[in-house]
Amino acid sequence: MTSLVSLRGVSKTFDSGTQAIAALDLEVRVGEFLSLVGPSGCGKSTALRIIADLIVPTTGGVTWPEGKPEIGFVFQEPTLMPWRSALDNARLPLELKGIARGDAEARSKQALARVGLGEFEKAYPRELSGGMKMRVSIARAIAAQPKLLLMDEPFAALDELTRQSLNDDLLKLAREDGITVIFVTHSVYESAYLSDRVVVMTPRPGRVAADIAIAQPQNRSAAYRLTSQFTDAAGKISAALGHAMAA
Amino acid sequence: MKNWLTYTVPVALGIAVLALWEWAVAHYEVPRFVLPAPSAIAQSFVDDHAQLAAATWTTFRIVIEAFLLALVTGVALAILFAQSRIVELALYPYAVILQVTPVIAIAPLIVIWVGYEHIDNALLILAWLVAFFPILANTTLGLRSADRNLVDLFRLYGASRWQILWKLQLPGALPYLLGAMKISGGLALIGAVVAEFAAGTGTATGLGWTITEAGNRLHIETMFAALAILSVLGVAIFFLLSALEWALLHQWHESAISRRE
Ligand SMILES: Nc1ncnc2c1ncn2[C@@H]1O[C@H](COP(=O)(O)OP(=O)(O)OP(=O)(O)O)[C@@H](O)[C@H]1O
Ligand SMILES: [Mg+2]
Repeated sequence: MTSLVSLRGVSKTFDSGTQAIAALDLEVRVGEFLSLVGPSGCGKSTALRIIADLIVPTTGGVTWPEGKPEIGFVFQEPTLMPWRSALDNARLPLELKGIARGDAEARSKQALARVGLGEFEKAYPRELSGGMKMRVSIARAIAAQPKLLLMDEPFAALDELTRQSLNDDLLKLAREDGITVIFVTHSVYESAYLSDRVVVMTPRPGRVAADIAIAQPQNRSAAYRLTSQFTDAAGKISAALGHAMAA
Repeated sequence: MKNWLTYTVPVALGIAVLALWEWAVAHYEVPRFVLPAPSAIAQSFVDDHAQLAAATWTTFRIVIEAFLLALVTGVALAILFAQSRIVELALYPYAVILQVTPVIAIAPLIVIWVGYEHIDNALLILAWLVAFFPILANTTLGLRSADRNLVDLFRLYGASRWQILWKLQLPGALPYLLGAMKISGGLALIGAVVAEFAAGTGTATGLGWTITEAGNRLHIETMFAALAILSVLGVAIFFLLSALEWALLHQWHESAISRRE
């Protein structure tokens, strides 16, 4: 498979002197669902921000063999603008890119409908539940039709049922649009359910500790969570994580 | 039920106090130049209505002008501060010095500089001085409080500084600004009146001067009348700005939710 983005020897030392990541090598392939797991503070968020070009690495570089694609970003918090309706929040990326209002509105309406919020276009964030706000945040990210979606623990604050239904919706959206996803999570089970590949990072400064490929069935569902295929994958990730922490 | 009581209870109390006051002044034969009865104060409204109306208009005009000037300059400077740390570092200490120096102490100087023939301008400057700082300080804070992740999101989509300011920082600073406006509106009124006291009689003709003049002539009821007008002005400014705040924020801001019930 062709490579979408590669990080070579990327390290980041902040002005405060904290070295968040050290010599990180990471290859992300077109169309894959890649999870990043690792102990708190190991530089996962920093790595995502470097890929998004929001911060500059201290050493090393990020290369895009096929050219830099449209990128979407979803944070742990929904980070919506409280003074804007769901529709106007979802429209933001298109608006900033200078797309004509009518077109932008149509596309963000469609994005909201795809995350199941077609009826909540006019609602303000404070009128929505946590899960619904996260859906608006996802609608905003997909409205601009990204080829790469960066997600930083997007469902960490949600209850288990909401999280599972968002997991399924996310998989469906990514598959339908052919989006490559880099997904940061603390949950071993979530990464085992979603990913084609899981990269385990060491404690700070973060490096790659293990790189685990997971053979996923096309259709995953609640029943899949009970199969030995799933629990084996989760076991492998968990063991690698334990190993990385101990090292 | 609760809403109904909000208005009737204070009004009833006010009427009761006025009635007691009227009775006590008559019963104990309190001299007019110590404490005039409410009826005497009401009479002063009638007798001095031309002078009171003119004075009210003068004070009102200065307060409004000073407030609008404070709003424009405060927001403009806050935007400048939010754009450039250097400008903020350079100017902020001086803004603080202006703020902490009591207006009554600066007043004589400003009056001399501006000149007695332009006393209205001197009052305007002094009222502006006190009204300006809360707007500057709060708006600066509001502009700086934009969600870090949202700023990153704007940058991810290639937003310009101007777009970040206009679409993210300014709407986010609006609750801070509106809060500051309520404080500044009251301060502008205080500033205008205090400045008039400090300026002395001169050519000033606002409510502050009316109080000084009436005091000199022991027209205590005129003092009360002017005082009552000042209170009404202050309350009116506060209510207008609260209404504006509600109109702009009630749809989305947390502060407005509880009032909806
Ligand atoms: N802007 C910054 N300035 C200084 N230090 C920072 C900054 N951002 C992150 N760090 C530090 O870098 C390290 C890695 O942070 P990062 O947020 O990337 O970790 P993380 O793996 O995402 O952690 P978590 O799982 O808790 O979200 C931490 O020690 C953090 O304190
Ligand atoms: Mg993080």
